[in-house]
Amino acid sequence: MAGGAVTVQLSEKAAHRPKHITESVGVRIVLISIALLFLVLVVLLPLLSVFIEAFKKGADVYFAALRDPDALSALRLTLTTAIIAVPLNTVFGIAAAWAISKFRFRGKNILITLIDLPFAVSPVISGLVFVLLFGAQGFFGQWLQAHDIKLIFALPGIVLATTFVTFPFVARELIPLMQAQGVQEEEAAASLGARGFQIFWRVTLPNIKWGLLYGVILCNARAMGEFGAVSVVSGHIRGETNTLPLHIEILYNEYQFAASFAVASLLVMLAVLTLIVKSFIEWRTNAKSPERSADDAH
Amino acid sequence: MHIEVRHLNKSFGSHAAVQDVSFQIERGKLIGLLGPSGGGKSTLLRMLAGLETPDSGDIYINGKRVNDVQPQLRGIGFVFQNYALFKHMSVFDNIAFGLTIRKTSKAEIKARVGELLDLTGLRGFEHRYPHQLSGGQRQRVAFARALAPRPELLLLDEPFAAIDAKVRKELRTWLKQLISTLGITSIFVTHDQDEAVEVADEMLIVQQGRLEQQGSPVHIYTDPQTAFVAGFIGHSSVVEQPASLRGFENTSITAGARALVRPEFVEVGREQEIQFPSAAEKGQVRHIFFRGAHLELDIQVGDNRLSAHRSLDQEPLQPGDEVSVLIHRLYVISDESATMVENPLKVDPLPVHI
Repeated sequence: MAGGAVTVQLSEKAAHRPKHITESVGVRIVLISIALLFLVLVVLLPLLSVFIEAFKKGADVYFAALRDPDALSALRLTLTTAIIAVPLNTVFGIAAAWAISKFRFRGKNILITLIDLPFAVSPVISGLVFVLLFGAQGFFGQWLQAHDIKLIFALPGIVLATTFVTFPFVARELIPLMQAQGVQEEEAAASLGARGFQIFWRVTLPNIKWGLLYGVILCNARAMGEFGAVSVVSGHIRGETNTLPLHIEILYNEYQFAASFAVASLLVMLAVLTLIVKSFIEWRTNAKSPERSADDAH
Repeated sequence: MHIEVRHLNKSFGSHAAVQDVSFQIERGKLIGLLGPSGGGKSTLLRMLAGLETPDSGDIYINGKRVNDVQPQLRGIGFVFQNYALFKHMSVFDNIAFGLTIRKTSKAEIKARVGELLDLTGLRGFEHRYPHQLSGGQRQRVAFARALAPRPELLLLDEPFAAIDAKVRKELRTWLKQLISTLGITSIFVTHDQDEAVEVADEMLIVQQGRLEQQGSPVHIYTDPQTAFVAGFIGHSSVVEQPASLRGFENTSITAGARALVRPEFVEVGREQEIQFPSAAEKGQVRHIFFRGAHLELDIQVGDNRLSAHRSLDQEPLQPGDEVSVLIHRLYVISDESATMVENPLKVDPLPVHI
């Protein structure tokens, strides 16, 4: 599953197009209706049904499902995984974007392609790779067993798989941004006496902070929702290696529909919260964008 | 000698940006680095600043070799072409940046920034952000920011390129005065010869990575050493066969060479207006262009086309008019050098014709 970030910029310009170059009223109504209808059918209805199903047997069952120790343990594991994987990918993303946009070196294109790899391969394969490497029959399996280190069917494996699947988000968000900004401000800072970390902290970071935050949020959303790769490496041990998405699947397979949808609603709420924060950041970025008034200032 | 550059070379891949450039600059001079776009001027400037590393050659500042000195320690102020102001910082913080990095005390920073705000006429703008300023104001912030840590050498990369014509002229004068007040050695890059001639104490003409000539604007204008400089400075017309022009038929150097004629070397008018009518020949006006303070004439003389100036006060000419054309002097150019040749007929008021 490819999860490229789509950034929508609502521009005032669309509303101000002169009549003769815009489509007729009929075409406009048809286009808008198709878009809305599709959205309702494909996105809104399924999401609503999650909540409807979750509350079908009443609020008691709903809250009982959430208070279930296994559900709580799954929530804890999901959050722990995100707390480890997201900062790792943030650091990696900044480092990769920095290297790609600021330096000239051999193999740059290979690096860019590699960053996209987790988007290109199926998450199941991403999980399988780690089982093949670190599982009991894997390359390092014997050695790990001899030293009593458990990676697969344990937290480290889940974190590894999640990190792998989500690592393009931050880098992908930052690379075009940093390439567009160029190196002039950094050079100016260097000629004024600033050194590596000072330049990063005082000049680079303030310039990329909104893009970075946006990448982190997308990365976090995916880290909490990842199913395929985690499913392969987790082993589905209840109360131990089940993340929220895995827990939902187990409940569903056991015909506990109300409970499974209750837990699912929790994930949906996490996702909606993420989207709200994302929209807020987009709004802030647009409000702060200096380019908008830069050319009118003469 | 304040700045000295010896045999500097720099290539990007197979493209030689700077080739064997050597020059010396005295303290306090304002130097114009002039040449066509893509000629290696900016690369040269960036090497002085330490933003590019030369492939070979040495750079000395105050007699000390600085090739391996990091840009942070060279004591150089750099004004970038697009200013490269820190977008997220106010004017005050932009100017204070170099001092903040050096951990200067708050009070001292405040005093120094205030001084520069006054110097650049930006007092009252210190809380604005770069996007709230006009092009000229941004340029002055960039200038103040570069000056704040009291650099030894100020480098300006196309400082006026992004500013509209009227403001550019004001800024030029302002910059020249300011730099002469401060007495700081400065080098600015430009592709606009009017700018270089007007502002610089001394010019370095750079073309295709090579230094063509160094000297004062007057010197370079009147005594171009190479064919490139002769053609680049001034608005010259190229004459393929100078021997066909009256007065230059018998000069041995004109045979087989090309020549450059500047508009100010050509006198055009009715026969009675010309000082030495006997040294003049007939030509025809092809076009007349109004240039504000004067007229520019496009003249056909035999097989050659020349450009000449004419004052607005003089009797007006029309396209197609028959006129007398006197060529006072021209530059004969061979592969590398340029030689000035005066019209020999002009010297003798009573030339004998056989």
